[in-house]
Amino acid sequence: MHRTGELYGQFQTLEQQKASATLGMWIFLATEILFFGGLFLTYTINRQAYPDVFADASKTLSLPLGTINTLVLIASSLTMAMAVWSAEVGKKKLIPLFLVLTLILGSIFLFIKGIEYHDKYVEHHIPGLPFQFEPGSSVATNAHAELFFSLYFGMTGLHAMHMVVGVGLLIWLLRQSLKGRFTPDYNTPIENVGLYWHFVDIVWIYLYPLLYLIDRHK
Amino acid sequence: MSEHAEHVVSPKIYLLIFAALMVLTVTTAWAATVDLNAYFMGLNIIVALVIATCKASLVVLFFMHAYYSAKRTKLIIICGVFWLAIMLFLTMGDYATRSWEVH
Repeated sequence: MHRTGELYGQFQTLEQQKASATLGMWIFLATEILFFGGLFLTYTINRQAYPDVFADASKTLSLPLGTINTLVLIASSLTMAMAVWSAEVGKKKLIPLFLVLTLILGSIFLFIKGIEYHDKYVEHHIPGLPFQFEPGSSVATNAHAELFFSLYFGMTGLHAMHMVVGVGLLIWLLRQSLKGRFTPDYNTPIENVGLYWHFVDIVWIYLYPLLYLIDRHK
Repeated sequence: MSEHAEHVVSPKIYLLIFAALMVLTVTTAWAATVDLNAYFMGLNIIVALVIATCKASLVVLFFMHAYYSAKRTKLIIICGVFWLAIMLFLTMGDYATRSWEVH
């Protein structure tokens, strides 16, 4: 059904067809801003309401792991951009190479996130499971710390879920690219998955300071 | 239809943006360990968010090609950010002025 560079009936030119696909992808990403926006808003309101507990809870996250993950994700954005470039200039052999690199970096990110989640499990910092913020924390402190970690897991979890979807899309692109489907005239799928991947990177660029950094100095 | 002519961004620019993103990440991690609030209340948050916004802008403009893209694409991006701003500012304005409420 989805053939390489075929012009569909509702479009007049391939350029118009491609511009429509790009526009559609950006509209989807605009809805994603609002999707994540609600969580950022909830975080802001609650952080303002319970600044001290949120600061203490934020400091239990690992700054080195968070920073390494940020660098890994940015590197994966570079390799994704290079995959798009390879398709645009018709370097067919480079496309799968850069897609695999992106896949590896994305997997490293998810693996490190898994280590962090496991640390939280060991520390009894997962809301819903037996939760104890610090030995002897008051009921109120525990409740507010639980709120922080609910938001932490909600936000990073939704982000990680997007990463998993991205990994799936990369595997699909990899199969297509190995069949030689992408050319300078037809590379819309790579370009749109690239836009999605970079968007997910941007979400992390904001999660990183908000969850790991802003209370570190206290 | 000239606006549809595809602009291929060179790997040189990608590497430059990547280097800038790396430097900004290390800078923000370092700045977070310094008590900037001693100079100006809330400066730690401001610095962290300004650096994050610089990084996000670099990604949108160059990795996502927004700098070279059609005006209608830019319009969609601005709409998305604008609606997010409405949601954040009006809601926080509401919360900030609820003086009768004790948290």
